[in-house]
Amino acid sequence: MNLRRDVFQAIADPTRRTILLLVASQAMTAGAIASNFDTARPTVSKHLQILTECELLEQEQNGREIFYHINAKKMKEVADFIEPFRMMWDERFNKLETIMKKYKTTK
Amino acid sequence: MERKTKLNAEEGKQEIVITREFDLPLELLFKAYEEPEIVEQWMGTKVLKLENKKHGGWQFETADATGKPVFQANGTIHEFVHNQKIIRTFEMENAPFGVQLEFLEFEKLTDDTSKLTMQIVYRSVALRDQMLKLPFAQGINMAHNRLQEIVSKLK
Repeated sequence: MNLRRDVFQAIADPTRRTILLLVASQAMTAGAIASNFDTARPTVSKHLQILTECELLEQEQNGREIFYHINAKKMKEVADFIEPFRMMWDERFNKLETIMKKYKTTK
Repeated sequence: MERKTKLNAEEGKQEIVITREFDLPLELLFKAYEEPEIVEQWMGTKVLKLENKKHGGWQFETADATGKPVFQANGTIHEFVHNQKIIRTFEMENAPFGVQLEFLEFEKLTDDTSKLTMQIVYRSVALRDQMLKLPFAQGINMAHNRLQEIVSKLK
């Protein structure tokens, strides 16, 4: 498994980026995080699982509750990579290709 | 999925090279850079000015939902040769990155495929590295803005 790539897939999702941002300010339970979104609770759980698996989030047991907090070291590592820059151009060029293929067929 | 867009940023150099092969004839690829309405679609920005000629200028602007500009960039076209190359400068407004020089080369591979090579030269290695990290910072910023929108609706 290509871990590095998984991290970037993780942060490519806007909901997951928002989760990272929420948790960046304070450790939160899954319930508290979910209350910030309109999406169903299991969907948020799935996002939390992905973020935990690629080590951007860490879990901490506190009594009966599990708190999520950000793994600052991993976040720093990700920020140093240039992969998002490549992804940005890749997305733009994919769009260009799709648009021009349609353009060709309508001509 | 295969990685179609390749990025080469050699350590200690003040340039990057982006290459991409397209399932498009060369003429269509070039058209996507020439026609303002098409540029707007794939770049996701408004084209205020695009003078495709030697000594021409260009200007892009992206606004948020309220119409406030969030991204503005401009530059000068240095060379514009149909289906071959574009040489231009690029500068983001209200940003500390300065101007960069871009060499775009368009090549025909087959009748239905083409290749773009984009060489971007920055003023310094430090500036290049900063620019490369920008999309990550912006991603976090965008998430932040959306969060603020959500929070302000709750109030």
